[in-house]
Amino acid sequence: MSREKSRTIKVETLARVEGEGALYVKLKGGQVQEVKLKIYEPPRFFEAFLRGRHFSEVPDIVARICGICPVAYQMSAVHAIEGALGVGIDPSVRLLRRLFYCGEWIQSHALHVYMLHAPDFLGYPDAIAMAGDHQAIVQQGLRLKKVGNQIVALMGGREIHPVSAAIGGFYKAPSKSALTGLVDDLKWALDASLATTRWVSGFEFPDFEQDYEFVSLSHPEEYPFNEGRIVSNRGLDIDASEYEENFTEQQVQHSNALHSVLRGRGSYMVGPIARFNLNFDRLPDVAKQVARDCGLQAHCRNPFRSIVVRAVELVFACHEALRVIREYEPPSASRAQAAARASTGQAATEAPRGLLYHRYVLDQDGLIASAKIIPPTSQNQKRIEEDLWHFVSQIATRPAEEITWRCEQAVRNYDPCISCATHFLRLQLECD
Amino acid sequence: MAIRIIGCGNFDRGDDAAGLLVARRLHALGVVTVEQSGESTSLMDCWNGFEHVILADATAPHGRPGQTFIWKAHADKLPEDVFACSTHAFGVREAVELARAMGCLPQSLFIYGIEGKQFSLGAPLCPEVKRAVGSVAQQLLELTRLISPAQATQNRA
Repeated sequence: MSREKSRTIKVETLARVEGEGALYVKLKGGQVQEVKLKIYEPPRFFEAFLRGRHFSEVPDIVARICGICPVAYQMSAVHAIEGALGVGIDPSVRLLRRLFYCGEWIQSHALHVYMLHAPDFLGYPDAIAMAGDHQAIVQQGLRLKKVGNQIVALMGGREIHPVSAAIGGFYKAPSKSALTGLVDDLKWALDASLATTRWVSGFEFPDFEQDYEFVSLSHPEEYPFNEGRIVSNRGLDIDASEYEENFTEQQVQHSNALHSVLRGRGSYMVGPIARFNLNFDRLPDVAKQVARDCGLQAHCRNPFRSIVVRAVELVFACHEALRVIREYEPPSASRAQAAARASTGQAATEAPRGLLYHRYVLDQDGLIASAKIIPPTSQNQKRIEEDLWHFVSQIATRPAEEITWRCEQAVRNYDPCISCATHFLRLQLECD
Repeated sequence: MAIRIIGCGNFDRGDDAAGLLVARRLHALGVVTVEQSGESTSLMDCWNGFEHVILADATAPHGRPGQTFIWKAHADKLPEDVFACSTHAFGVREAVELARAMGCLPQSLFIYGIEGKQFSLGAPLCPEVKRAVGSVAQQLLELTRLISPAQATQNRA
């Protein structure tokens, strides 16, 4: 009987990207039997690389973990080490760090919204095919990303793997006029982001909602980047120093990446939807308004709508960058001095794809005794598998090609580093 | 004529440094070159406004380390499985094909590929790729002299 047929969907491994992944889904009689999202190359080995290195080297080393979100790794690292060493930063440095993060969010979100995720919704295999029919749209996406690149290059010395972030601040602080030079492009980017939000909100979204525990930073006055408590929609409210008491990692046989879970509660979601749901009231009015205009509520539970939330965060990032540039005055010193001492520091910041936790133990000479890095993709991995489990159940009777396509789209809802791999995945279908 | 010579890659990823090393060889010979990570938007920006572009990059391993390839990308599509090794799969091939789709490719775009063997973090350059770097640098120098004799000697004075 055809209903009892067993189908195995395998998405094979791809080589050498920031994360290497594969997807395996087994169906029998229209029911999901097994879902495995495999990640082969988490940045765990960096924790070992860091041992014995001086704390001042850490920002440059961790920037190498990811080519698309190096700023996030630098920011979590500098905050954790500054916490350990008791270093306070200049208010202007704080503003610059927010601007730095704006650049990375714009880069990352523009790439994902336009080049990686939109083709799924419009029925194209990739952005190249999409460009044939939507040239102006693709050009807009490329220009938006370029604005993000400009911010990161100005702040970090170069667009990828920036080199200016330091414990206590930056090796060099930009002049006011250098930042002012970004204003015209950012004003354009703000308008383009609003247009982006309206554009993607018109896509067709699968009817799929889940009861998530959302986790993100929360700051009383700001949409979060670098600071705040770690909160959830189910009552979690902790300092970053309490992270490991509340979250734990589980080894699974099919993946090199550990699965993060909330102790006693299980999977959770980090990333744009979590941030949006938990911090909606701290978005600027322009972002709140466009979200409302596009029918996006503060309790979004459909992961496919993450593309709309990312667009709203583009609006926020452009608006915030303009605010920072308006308020910025160069600091008297670009970085505060940090003296070595035996200590431990933890910090979490908001990478484009979610909460990024770092912990460092330093010895009396300022050398790293141990490091722990928990990236957002590791935190979302279990949740992605659970989404796939439920989502594939809804579409199990569809043709294998469509199931594969939809599975990839569902994985890309999270913009994991393995999204690059899933663009090249190949399907193997086995029927009994 | 306006020509841009670009070396792409990542020094921290073994043979992925091949394109960058080609650019550095040429730079040492006095040729103006640019180094890029291979990220699409930066790459398209980098060649914008140049009539002629020559790009060197490592290609994905297929069991022939050090083998070199030349593509006339202005005329023919790039193969899909050769440059599948970039930030979020949005690298050299995507830049070229996006530019083609949007009608903004340079008048000529020659891509020199060197097949790599090892791309893990911190890996050294394999001997076959090391040898190929010198050979490709020489070929690029000759091509540059043909297209733009002035650029090939620009820094020598």
